[in-house]
Amino acid sequence: MAQAQPLVPQLDRTALISAEKTRYARRQLTNTIASGLMFFLTAVSVSVLFIILAYIFINGISTLFPVVDGHLTFNLDFFIKPPESNLDGTTGGGVAQAILGTIEILIVAGIIAVPLGVGAAIYLSEYGTGFLVNTLNFTIDLLAGLPSVVVGLFVLAAFIGNLALIKIFPHFAGLAGSFALIIVMVPIIARSVEQILRLVPDSLREAGLALGMPKWRVILQIVLPTVAGGITTGIMLSLARAAGETAPVLLTILGQQFISTDLLQPMDALPIRIYKYATTGQPDLIPKAWAGTMVLVIVIALFSIAVRYVTGRNRYDA
Amino acid sequence: MTLSAVPKVATHEAHATHERTAARLTVNHLSAYYGSSLAVGDVTIEFEPNKITALIGPSGCGKSTLIRCLNRMHEVIRNARAEGEVILEGENIYSPDADPVRLRRRIGMVFQKPNPFPTMSIFDNVIAGLKLNAGTHRGVDYGAIVENSLRQAALWDEVKDKLKQSGASLSGGQQQRLCIARALAVEPEVLLLDEPCSALDPIATLKIEELLQQLVEKYTLIMVTHNMQQAARCSEKTAFMLADEKRVGRLVEYSQTSEIFTRPKDKRTEDYISGRFG
Amino acid sequence: MSASRSSSQVQQGDRIFSLIVQACAVLIILILVSIIAVLVIKSQDTIGRFGLDFFTKGTWDPVNEIFGALPYIYGTVVTSILALLLATPFAIGSAIFVSEYVPRRIGDIISFTVELLVAIPSVAYGVWGFLVLKDVLRTTVDPALKAVVGPIPILGGLFRGPLYGLDIFTSSVILAIMILPTILAVSREVVRQVPRLQKEGMIALGATKWEAIRIAIIPYARTGIVGGAMLGLARAIGETMAVTMTIGNASPDKLTGSLFQSTSTLASAIASQFNEAQAARTYGSAVVQLGLVLLIVSSVINLFSRFLVSRTGAKNTRS
Repeated sequence: MAQAQPLVPQLDRTALISAEKTRYARRQLTNTIASGLMFFLTAVSVSVLFIILAYIFINGISTLFPVVDGHLTFNLDFFIKPPESNLDGTTGGGVAQAILGTIEILIVAGIIAVPLGVGAAIYLSEYGTGFLVNTLNFTIDLLAGLPSVVVGLFVLAAFIGNLALIKIFPHFAGLAGSFALIIVMVPIIARSVEQILRLVPDSLREAGLALGMPKWRVILQIVLPTVAGGITTGIMLSLARAAGETAPVLLTILGQQFISTDLLQPMDALPIRIYKYATTGQPDLIPKAWAGTMVLVIVIALFSIAVRYVTGRNRYDA
Repeated sequence: MTLSAVPKVATHEAHATHERTAARLTVNHLSAYYGSSLAVGDVTIEFEPNKITALIGPSGCGKSTLIRCLNRMHEVIRNARAEGEVILEGENIYSPDADPVRLRRRIGMVFQKPNPFPTMSIFDNVIAGLKLNAGTHRGVDYGAIVENSLRQAALWDEVKDKLKQSGASLSGGQQQRLCIARALAVEPEVLLLDEPCSALDPIATLKIEELLQQLVEKYTLIMVTHNMQQAARCSEKTAFMLADEKRVGRLVEYSQTSEIFTRPKDKRTEDYISGRFG
Repeated sequence: MSASRSSSQVQQGDRIFSLIVQACAVLIILILVSIIAVLVIKSQDTIGRFGLDFFTKGTWDPVNEIFGALPYIYGTVVTSILALLLATPFAIGSAIFVSEYVPRRIGDIISFTVELLVAIPSVAYGVWGFLVLKDVLRTTVDPALKAVVGPIPILGGLFRGPLYGLDIFTSSVILAIMILPTILAVSREVVRQVPRLQKEGMIALGATKWEAIRIAIIPYARTGIVGGAMLGLARAIGETMAVTMTIGNASPDKLTGSLFQSTSTLASAIASQFNEAQAARTYGSAVVQLGLVLLIVSSVINLFSRFLVSRTGAKNTRS
């Protein structure tokens, strides 16, 4: 205790060093085990997901490209025919009514959801301040996180059948499905378009305003065209999501087996058909469930890859 | 296992042989790469114990890369590697059987920006490195070590009443001194400082500089700085680096700081010192 | 001034345009408000009749119009928590592996592929779960768990009873697979946001790579990782089709506590009963009330998780 303020920590170095030697081997072992564990966890995660994809594609491809008399054929009926009852009690034909229904419902939903979502995005990035923006941001977050079955249930309880609050549809109807998908699509469009609009540099807006253009023209003629690609992919992303949604359409259009384009009647959609075929317990329908799943997964994957490509590129431009 | 059987007398001997001293660091033909591009080319230099050596040069001259090679931090960056020899008290730290993890225990480092661990208290920040090896070893009095390390870093009086607070609650200069305390707690032989004051205001900078003058009694200090006045004020020796036409960092001149700043031998050094570029 | 006329036109154009986009904003807010309003109004019947019994009673009997949603609430809670427990270690381990252990390009490819799977629809997982996973679990994993864990007191209670394959356990596994990409994506993002100097600071003190990850990276990213896990939890709670196809859609009067029991979740009960519920007022109200409960629970968790994730971002911009 001669030194009042020892400059070097008074460690028992020998004790420390001996402790270190025994611990260091253990530390290295822990490091190796941890690295191995990380690799194992990643390998399992990735392989489980690939196994699922493999099941979908192997079963889907063997349904769409059956080998008949030693020749590889293409099952065109799957895409262009509705289900048909065969004499032996099995179901022939394809899922044309479901594909048609999905497309029709999506188009109608898109016609309303796109302007609504883009408008909200423009409001958020170009105009909004204060209370309404906070409320809208909060709303979009909530809508985006809403379980999709709740959306279907809302449309059902509000508009369909005798129990409805405002009886617009006497029974399940394609248009009701579009209503539900609008609610699914709007938050996705609004968020993605808003993010893309924020990538547009302010200097571009100022250049337009400096030329004496009114703000709305700057937005419509300069800002939006600059990021048209990004906006398109945002819309595609929302369409992909909506195309795969089952619960909202199941609760509103119910599903049926005939070609129908009447939006006021029950309709079919691909996810509904997949669900029904997989779970009815009829073995001859199961291959069609796989094929439908594969078609759905391919469409959605293509959309997602396109989105990734465009947003990735935009980020580099900005 | 063998250590537990060592008789008591030998323990005292071991104590004596393990007494920490400032170490000499010799660099022979060191080259550092990022991927395939050479960033520092063929540097040979010797850092003397109990001296402050400053590494100066314009940005992009490889001085930070060089200092990061001295405790093998350079290779932590993906695709980065180094070739050559760095000899710490007779051992080449780049020899195949050298272990970078154990080496870094002997060569401490302080970074450009203070980087205390925000989720730890000040106390835990100081012993973060020590705990790795000592663990909950009963022979270690963490309280005493924390106090001593913080005293060495001239921070004790400012933080002794709030050791349980987060390290992120301190000011920038205090954070940097906390990082110095953290590096000192493991009792390194060499302390590397990579532009330690670049994120600090002049008063905090002055405090760190004063601190370095005390630490040099016990450690080998190597400091990268972009600030020539700082090099002139603090260091005993100065190395000037410059990137050549292929953007490869080279050591241009190395001698006593007073020599470098008053009678530089190389024209390029003179140009830099006199502010003609950089 | 010649500009005055055109400038008033300009102002009018701007006013109209801003009114249009403002109307879009208001309309979206109105949609949310009406969702809440409709669900509240249309479930008045059962809210008034059963009160808290709706949450605490276990009998769900549409014929005699007695509605206690306890088995569904139980099913929702157990499946989503079990899914979270199963998925989180894999997601965090993978996130750390792709951001710290492999070259950046390979990490990007791995996580891009995995994140692509976020986009795969629920029904696709349901098809695989119903046609493949259910039988795999019933014939291999389930009997093994029963044999190994079954005899252990208390814990064994989780793995009791006959094996149907369509049960809480199968649903939880499917849910875990579905939420893994979500948690992985968020965790990877927050791990990536940890400043490089945090990790290097630890390595410079003589830490091994794992120690730097454990001591410097994980604590720094912890809030964001928890947020990612909560986002996964919110997704699991609201997930409908994959669960509907694998949980058995039973309404058991008695909950055995075994993971091999068939039951329903709030979401799967809605999806499997909405059509029948159209026929009777009280039944309809009961199903709508399930939706209302689901809305409230998932929104609270969702907002909380967003708050956690954004807090990590804020911390990083400051330092």
